[in-house]
Amino acid sequence: MSELKQELKEKIIEQLNLEDVAIEEIKDTDPLFGEGLGLDSIDALELIVMLDKDYGIKLADPKQGKSIFESVETMAVYIKEHRSR
Amino acid sequence: MPVYINSIGSVSAQRTFDNSIFLEEIVRYTDTVLEIITPNYKDYIPPAAARRMAKGIKMSTVSAKTAMTEAGMEEDEIDAIIVGTGLGCIGDSEKFVSDILDNDEQFLTPTRFIQSSHNTVAGQIALGMGCMGHNFTYVHSAISFESAVLDAKMLLENGEAKHILVGGVDELVDHHVNTHRLIGHIKQEPVETMSVLKSGTKGAIFSEGAHFFTLSSEKRPSCYAELLAVKTLNTLGENQVSGKTRSFLSENGIEPDAVDVIILGYNGDAEFDGYYDTLANALFKDAVQVYFKHLSGEFDTASGFGFWLGNKILKEQTIPDAVRMNSVATNSPKTVLIYNQYRGENHSLTLLRKC
Repeated sequence: MSELKQELKEKIIEQLNLEDVAIEEIKDTDPLFGEGLGLDSIDALELIVMLDKDYGIKLADPKQGKSIFESVETMAVYIKEHRSR
Repeated sequence: MPVYINSIGSVSAQRTFDNSIFLEEIVRYTDTVLEIITPNYKDYIPPAAARRMAKGIKMSTVSAKTAMTEAGMEEDEIDAIIVGTGLGCIGDSEKFVSDILDNDEQFLTPTRFIQSSHNTVAGQIALGMGCMGHNFTYVHSAISFESAVLDAKMLLENGEAKHILVGGVDELVDHHVNTHRLIGHIKQEPVETMSVLKSGTKGAIFSEGAHFFTLSSEKRPSCYAELLAVKTLNTLGENQVSGKTRSFLSENGIEPDAVDVIILGYNGDAEFDGYYDTLANALFKDAVQVYFKHLSGEFDTASGFGFWLGNKILKEQTIPDAVRMNSVATNSPKTVLIYNQYRGENHSLTLLRKC
């Protein structure tokens, strides 16, 4: 699980071009949207595509994203339970 | 109604983003492709906004903000934003198309799509400024920038706008460079900056850049020049250049010998520089002759650098040694003509006067 969280942090920084953020600055439970990393709705779309492409998870209902993308921790838990690749 | 160029902003292969200097020290290259000298983007763009911006958007934002600041222009004073670009944000367009191919038309992300259209720059600047006015992007090879300037001029002359932000931008990307190298539009051998015109070889030194200006019907203390006229011509033979230039000047009530400085878009391409020779060797042999693409490199909106240079010359009343082609003296340049073309097509004539 900790490996997956580390991998997610790397992917988030790379795919969302968070050039000024270091991996160690992202805590597992830090909120990704609003306060915390300050991601926005376009980032949410990028993360949905990432789930599909890298883990084979299709979100049928985009509203699910709100709870899944709450933090790296919640993302990792969801991916672990639903991943097909 | 007169049209004034009240301020300028430039990001190029030279240190032009600082308006307080004027090519006193040039950056010399020995290469075939020149990248811009990158300003410190964090001084101009919040990191959260910059992270999703393509290079063309970043350099345009810096250039546009520099121009806005210099004119003392408030964002809500701008009535229109008009941009010329040959290729738009081609970097993200290439990545987006590559993603389509690599991922079998699946998993396409929004950011690259958003930035894949040519009007991304004008749109992003307008969003940043909250400008809801006229927003246009002109895409027409080497006359993209002049098309934008012409639109702005007509809007101002018709009283449809008072202040307009006008710019030209193009960025370098690998695929574009590789393709143009393959077809010989980029020189095969590196050439030293001050030897570009003497290379005697085909092709040009490619580059990138962003040049923005505030054009207004109201003259501000920062004013650089008055824009008298701009004309674009798609197709022209070498033997027609002098005649068309003479007609252009005549339409604007100016005799050729009243042109103090002629700025020519020589790029060192032995195949097409003859177009400029027709003016340099005859009609304007007694004028101060200036060239600039050895400093800026060639790109679709490189004439924006020429426009920047003309404005600087008229405001500073000095001509840097690095751009001089001849030794004709001038104490007080009042009228500047810019002639540009690329590979014998898309010619432009732009006339500036000291304000």
